[in-house]
Amino acid sequence: MRIKLLAAALAGAGLVAAAPAQSQTEINFWHSMGGALGAKVNELADRFNAEQKEYKVNTIYKGSYPESMTAAIAAYRAKNPPHIVQVFEVGTATMMAAKGAIVPVATVMRNAKEKFDPKAYLPTVTGYYSDLKGNMLSFPFNSSTVMFYINKDAFKKAGLEPVAPKTWKEVIAVAEKLKAAGQQCVYTTSWPSWMHIENFSAWHNVPIGTKQNGMGGFDTVFTINSPLHVRHVAMLGDMAKKGLFTYAGRTNQGDAKFSSGECAMFSGSAGAQAGIKKAAKFEWSINFIPYHDDVKGAPQNSIIGGASLWVMGGKKPAEYKGVAKFFSFLSRPEIQMDWHTSTGYVPITQASYELTRKSGFYDQNPGADMPVKQLTLHEPTANSKGLRFGNFVQGREVIEEEMEAVFAGKKDAKTAMNDAVKRGNEILRRFQAANK
Amino acid sequence: MEKRVVFRSAWLPYVLVAPQLAITIVFFFWPAAQAVWYSFQLQDAFGLQSEFVGLENFKFLFRDPHYLQSFKTTAIFSVAVAGSGIALSLLLATMADRVIRGALVYKTILIWPYAVAAAVAGVLWAFLFAPSIGIVTFVLKAMGVDWNWIINGNQAMLLVIIASVWKQISYNFLFFLAGLQSIPKSLLEAAAIDGAGPSRRFWTIVVPLLSPTTFFLLVVNIVYAFFDTFGVIDTTTQGGPAQATQILVYKVYHDGVKSADIGGSSAQSVILMIIVIALTAVQFRFIERKVQY
Repeated sequence: MRIKLLAAALAGAGLVAAAPAQSQTEINFWHSMGGALGAKVNELADRFNAEQKEYKVNTIYKGSYPESMTAAIAAYRAKNPPHIVQVFEVGTATMMAAKGAIVPVATVMRNAKEKFDPKAYLPTVTGYYSDLKGNMLSFPFNSSTVMFYINKDAFKKAGLEPVAPKTWKEVIAVAEKLKAAGQQCVYTTSWPSWMHIENFSAWHNVPIGTKQNGMGGFDTVFTINSPLHVRHVAMLGDMAKKGLFTYAGRTNQGDAKFSSGECAMFSGSAGAQAGIKKAAKFEWSINFIPYHDDVKGAPQNSIIGGASLWVMGGKKPAEYKGVAKFFSFLSRPEIQMDWHTSTGYVPITQASYELTRKSGFYDQNPGADMPVKQLTLHEPTANSKGLRFGNFVQGREVIEEEMEAVFAGKKDAKTAMNDAVKRGNEILRRFQAANK
Repeated sequence: MEKRVVFRSAWLPYVLVAPQLAITIVFFFWPAAQAVWYSFQLQDAFGLQSEFVGLENFKFLFRDPHYLQSFKTTAIFSVAVAGSGIALSLLLATMADRVIRGALVYKTILIWPYAVAAAVAGVLWAFLFAPSIGIVTFVLKAMGVDWNWIINGNQAMLLVIIASVWKQISYNFLFFLAGLQSIPKSLLEAAAIDGAGPSRRFWTIVVPLLSPTTFFLLVVNIVYAFFDTFGVIDTTTQGGPAQATQILVYKVYHDGVKSADIGGSSAQSVILMIIVIALTAVQFRFIERKVQY
């Protein structure tokens, strides 16, 4: 009798537990959005889950960008990858080369018969995440670009007009005056390679590497030892020597140096706005990045950074359908606008940009539309579409190491950039050999 | 007289050591064998394509001047960590050995850092020495020192050495203190009566009698500097700037985990394995014989 009861109770419990699992398809989404950004991602997923009952998106924070990418690769090797993984822009080539491990977003959407138009996105965004035939391989999620910020109060204190310098010549002139007025840290930057090599090249319409910055094939070589690149890095080295440029580190360490008021000028991600808004006790402005005015075609347009969502292979069709539905949800202009206005990331569809403008957000937050304007300043060229270099996590580090050697006064710019090309090319050849 | 336990059963001893053997095989031999296997392969990040390339991974490494530089960095780092760690803790232990009042408090405080995880130790020191907000930086700036380990390689090296030594001092201290306490007081007293001063007594009696402890600590500290300092480096310099603090084990992690270069990283592990085997063999065969017990 007691055994029978127990069995019935167990069966009942089993039924209750099994019921939601049967009707709902679970989709695992690994991301790297910590803090306030992570809360926003969870909010979006909750909204999607509440809207419909068929699919359930589970958001899982997997640490920093390199950490979650590594985790997804390890999970794939162990044959249990998530459905969706957020991968930062430098991991793009590695993901793209992994045929079979990933499913192109265009395919996912087509199979699920969900509407998906690559043209709805900003051209710089589409270009970055598409193959040469124009198929979108990953779903653009959080995109930013590099901007130039100034501390208006520090400018006024030095007797300067609180307007951002437009060219590097002007930057140096302003920097000298700030220094003379007793400003301890004049200019600093976050993400040195992204700002001073990658975006610098696009902004001046010069290539970073052959084969359309690597988009045309794995047999690409770096071209960042051109006279213009060498001149720019030498200029930074010179500024560092004179105390006009303070090196902060390879990631976003520069952000805090600016928002604390330590540095008067700063180049960093558009996504830094939120943090500056919160911390800065001074008047500041967000501006286009400076350029060298004697270079023909400058300024062109800047390139994006940030991350996109990749769909991993080896899952059931029903699950892919859910992924497609979730992407359609994320593509809605009002969702995009919500994401853009609450995080500071760029509105990546034309529709969401229009919607945000009409809502009057840019009138209340002057400068918030500068990143989009800079990204779309001109129709992107082969040099300013983006870049795609294999193992670029390593490649970027090589570039940063060589730049650090210049800033520390250990190498001259020409030797450093030649070394960066030589070492970078070794990495590219290795990637080419491993991905035939 | 030798103590010996004899098992009558033929299989019982094997059963008893089986768990330990299983752990050793699963967690040590198997991964090591895999590392050797992967070191001869060139593979993409996802393991979709794999190709046997012979010694290509090793050739690639030795063509890379930064890899060779990493050997030098590791040598400087380990010698500095082991050397200054042992010297400092010997000094502290001799001091603590003399203290009579409040000895327990003094000793406890010195042992405390051992309870701190390497990563936490790294963060603590990174905060103290942080380029723009650190307290020590503030003092150094006031003294006219331009302290910025984000860009200055030598300062970065100094920082990771300080953090690593600090973390290891307690361990060394404990062993030295135990060693000092086992030195017969009568020996020291006899020397004192014969007219030997404190420094003479230290160098001719204490140091030789401590040599087994010192030797043991030398081995432990070098192994510590080679492998266990990973946490300190990862939380402070991450091998930078410009690879100034990129020790061998950090490069293995960096290339394998961060850059997903399994072949290259495995080749480095194999080289590291050979170094450690050689180092251990040399230490025990040649140095141990010269140590007085």
